[in-house]
Amino acid sequence: MGQLLAIEIVYRGIFQRKLAQNISRTIVLAAHKEGKPGISFGRYSDSPERNGIPAKNFAIVGSDDLTLEEGMAKYEPKEVDVTICVDDTLCKGVESWAWYGLQPINKLLKPNGTLIVTSHQSADHLIAMAHRKETPYNLCIVKGTPSFSGLWVFKDDHTDVRILGTIARVLPGLVSLKSVQQAIQDEWHDAVKAQSAAKAYERASSVTVKPNQGNPEVPYKFELPKWHEMGEGVAIPAIPQGHAMTDPATHKTGGLKPDRNPTFKKFSTRSYRPVVDFDTCIKCTLCWLQCPDTCFDVPPAGLYAANLEACCGCGVCEAVCPAPKCVTMVNEVEFKDNASQWEAWRKDKNGYKTWLKEKIATKPAERQHGFRYRGQYDKETPEMLAIAKEG
Amino acid sequence: MAQMAPVLEERKETGKTALITGSEAIAVACKLADVDVITAYPIRPYDTVMQYISRLVSNGEMDCEYIVAEGEHSQFEIVKHASVVGARVFCGSSGVGWMYAMEALTVTPALRVPMVAMVGNRALDDPGAFGVEHNDALAVRDLGWLLVWVDSAQECLDTALIAYRVAEDPRILLPCAISCDGAFLTHSQALVKIPSQEQVTAFLPPYNRGKLLLHPDNPITVAPQGNEDWVMEIRRQNYAASERAAGVIREAYADLEKKLGRSYGNPFFEEYMTEDADVVLMGMGTLSTPVKVAIREMRKEGKKVGFVRLRWFRPFVAEEITKCLSRFKAVGVVDRDYSMGSPYMSGVVTTEVRSALYSANVKNKPPVLGFICRLGGREVTVHDVRRITESVYAAAEGKSQPLTQWIGLRE
Repeated sequence: MGQLLAIEIVYRGIFQRKLAQNISRTIVLAAHKEGKPGISFGRYSDSPERNGIPAKNFAIVGSDDLTLEEGMAKYEPKEVDVTICVDDTLCKGVESWAWYGLQPINKLLKPNGTLIVTSHQSADHLIAMAHRKETPYNLCIVKGTPSFSGLWVFKDDHTDVRILGTIARVLPGLVSLKSVQQAIQDEWHDAVKAQSAAKAYERASSVTVKPNQGNPEVPYKFELPKWHEMGEGVAIPAIPQGHAMTDPATHKTGGLKPDRNPTFKKFSTRSYRPVVDFDTCIKCTLCWLQCPDTCFDVPPAGLYAANLEACCGCGVCEAVCPAPKCVTMVNEVEFKDNASQWEAWRKDKNGYKTWLKEKIATKPAERQHGFRYRGQYDKETPEMLAIAKEG
Repeated sequence: MAQMAPVLEERKETGKTALITGSEAIAVACKLADVDVITAYPIRPYDTVMQYISRLVSNGEMDCEYIVAEGEHSQFEIVKHASVVGARVFCGSSGVGWMYAMEALTVTPALRVPMVAMVGNRALDDPGAFGVEHNDALAVRDLGWLLVWVDSAQECLDTALIAYRVAEDPRILLPCAISCDGAFLTHSQALVKIPSQEQVTAFLPPYNRGKLLLHPDNPITVAPQGNEDWVMEIRRQNYAASERAAGVIREAYADLEKKLGRSYGNPFFEEYMTEDADVVLMGMGTLSTPVKVAIREMRKEGKKVGFVRLRWFRPFVAEEITKCLSRFKAVGVVDRDYSMGSPYMSGVVTTEVRSALYSANVKNKPPVLGFICRLGGREVTVHDVRRITESVYAAAEGKSQPLTQWIGLRE
């Protein structure tokens, strides 16, 4: 048997679809230049994609047709040589439409495989976000702001080619830099893009992540029932209404915490989370009403607290909130857990105030998601192109 | 003809190798076949073909009427009418979308409309699911449609050209549906060799309905009401056309080899490692990949297993198929479909194969085991194939085996 290499690209649905496709396609086209056959495909069950919901693309390359066929005999690779994570917040784990439960970002990596992440964070920060793995793996950071576009638009900030150059470095058995550059030239006729790939190739460096490093939590799992255990008629139990909440300061009960799907939590969809200043809240109800995921709990005193296991990070609450600086969307990499902000505030108002101030200080000038106005990408890409050029 | 949009992207595919999905390969075939009228209505996984065609049209690479209908029924009706007035047409659907068009699908063969459709095979609702099952395309198996299953993006492209050639042949004039397994073909990009326009033009003559053309210079009425005095004879005409299909398909594949340089061997079914096989598996579509990989593994262990991949389900070339199967001690048919309440509760292909063997003029009639395997797009694994083969071997040794088994079910 020949050699079979598999690459997965973990990305945010819609926002990074074109980016992921560019990467997996160009891997296969570059390998084709070296006479190696390959295929490129998206995980079918991830679609229809929704904004931000984690999704996957795969590139499989074999040394010959028969070897490739062995790779194609599986719906998706059971293990990969390189995982590419194009948004660093995905390092916390991935819950997609395609499976149940939270999958660690490094789950499919072979021993000593490489995780490539686009991020401004340090290696230590990203390692702490990812779940522990039984075998060592390498982490390679492609420095930059995770690249987000929209369904109909693509922000050409060279993230794709910088990752391609990095792959040539960390997995030289897959493709050479020369083939990558040739494939880039064929696809885009852009010598600057080919140059960015070379710069990324030169700069790439990895750190080894040991088995005792990372988030020690065991990700939640879900067992699928057998056919005779399931209800008939395609009918399933609905989620119960919910129950009252207890104030940790007064121990009074009241309000409503809606029950939520215990097996589909959704929070890995989030790359930003709302941080709520309960002191400035005017109890207008708009965040609670407008949240598309019903993620707001209603504590006894009539405030509204985003439940961070259920929040997808869409930012509607921030957009509709009429009170200044009451709801602020903050990058998900700033947080270690999904603990209740309301409870923290009830227990220690001053402590919460300090924490909140520090968190919202890092609020970016503009969120990266989607495409809002003409000229938006012209403003955003120069920073990334400068990084591509200068490092 | 309306003025074409300017070319925004240079023509990338023609005459070279392209990295495209099976759906995109069919879209490229439509372009090369210079299809005149295309109708679309989105449903996954078929929508991948309409997206790519609309891109070709808006880039000015393809010149056709591209109509997005308000539903599948209209989608198939529009191309039916366009075909009758002499347009080469393309359309397609998936799962319940295909079923929604059912009334239009039933009238098409009777009117001798050579429409070519792509069925992105998808489970029928409910539950709302989108993985591959073959029940959608199989629903028209008794109506006069030509039905073919493919297993690679390259075969998608070549078969679409074959489909036009066969469907539009004046001896046939029947609609043809190309079945592509959802996900495995429709969403997976592979390297495909694109023939040149000259090759395709040489292979595919222009569409000519002759006396059946609805045109002021050729005054005819199509589809008048008919009572019992007429219906049976009309059905018999369709039978005759269906009977002629096998010969025309054979000619088309032979000419494809001549003009495009690609050979598919026996057009109707592909035999894989069958020369010395004791037992064979049989099935349609992309399950061929895990089956072939498993067979190579089992061969190393000395098990003489082969595989017969059925391409053309309609026409079902019973004599050739049974002659082939009579060479083996037992046959396991892997169905990616179901047929509730059928004989022995087997899948559609199993039942057809058993039925064909019963009346076949062959000495050896091997036992046929049916396997309903990994419905709803679940992955057929190498392990599944091994398990199936064990049972087929047991049948070959005369051990009693269930006639229908479910494979890959949580039980």
